[in-house]
Amino acid sequence: MTQANVSSTNSQIEEEPLKIGDITLHSRLIVGTGKYKSFEETEQALAESGTEMVTVALRRVDFAAEDHLLNHIDPKKYIILPNTAGCYNADDAVRVARLGREVGNSNLVKLEVLADPDTLLPDPVETLKALKILLWEGFKVMTYTSDDPVMAKRLEDEGSTCVMPAGAPIGSGQGILNANNIRIILERARVPIIVDAGVGTATDVSRAFELGCQAVLLNTGIAGAKDPIRMARAMKHAALAGRNAFLAGRIPKKLYATASSPQMDF
Amino acid sequence: MKIMTITLNGKKQEIGENLTISQFLESLNLHPRRVAVEVNRVIIKRDEFERHPLREGDEIEVLQFVGGGARL
Repeated sequence: MTQANVSSTNSQIEEEPLKIGDITLHSRLIVGTGKYKSFEETEQALAESGTEMVTVALRRVDFAAEDHLLNHIDPKKYIILPNTAGCYNADDAVRVARLGREVGNSNLVKLEVLADPDTLLPDPVETLKALKILLWEGFKVMTYTSDDPVMAKRLEDEGSTCVMPAGAPIGSGQGILNANNIRIILERARVPIIVDAGVGTATDVSRAFELGCQAVLLNTGIAGAKDPIRMARAMKHAALAGRNAFLAGRIPKKLYATASSPQMDF
Repeated sequence: MKIMTITLNGKKQEIGENLTISQFLESLNLHPRRVAVEVNRVIIKRDEFERHPLREGDEIEVLQFVGGGARL
């Protein structure tokens, strides 16, 4: 094969970027910025992951701090996605979303309303309540939820820009526990489905994409690894591998062998 | 300079009287583009910082983005 043929083949397999509202993303990983050992490590891991969208929490200013996360996140390279992490009811989540909009100058928010600190499972009732208020106020909402297909559909029908089901409980590293639920969510969705939470290692990311998810959001899987920067690289490749495998279309599983070389004319 | 007492992020403290939010943030070495401000639970928009004077007894919350993500 000539060089020209190789490059034309490559251009044919370039895929469409992901659209989230008005935003276009070429990387399908969204990466959290918590739990790193230093801002330098955060910066390097984000760069290595290839991400174009990073999620941040909102907290009271620490007046003793000498450095600031935003000194290490170039707004020209990354879209900053404020989240409502740490909120346990709709009112708090709405307040944090409004405050995040003031800092970030953007209507985009990742809505996350948790039920309790032990399970960190999403509270569906409070999430729906907060979603309605935020949509009324003009937000574009990326909504975190459990892997329940009924709830995912309700959140989409209400007007979520995308729905973000958990693969497994937050920070648990258990991967995608109920792939069938994610499949059902994907079959019925018309908005992007982004697996959020539960990713432990690269195969979990690949699996999410092989199922057909449009993106994956992760934090602890990278930040908690022994070598976060190398894991960030692994996650980037896992995303590409899984997404391409999905687009390529896997072969069906069969009970019996199928020879891969001709069996005649020896 | 006259002094007044306000509450900043849950802690009482004394500051100069008649400071605007802009002046107050400057005194704290905070860049206005990096924070959100609530006074008595009402969000003050950034373009109002220069006009909005702080008053005795105000409860002020100053918040910023921190690392956190998927999971805190």
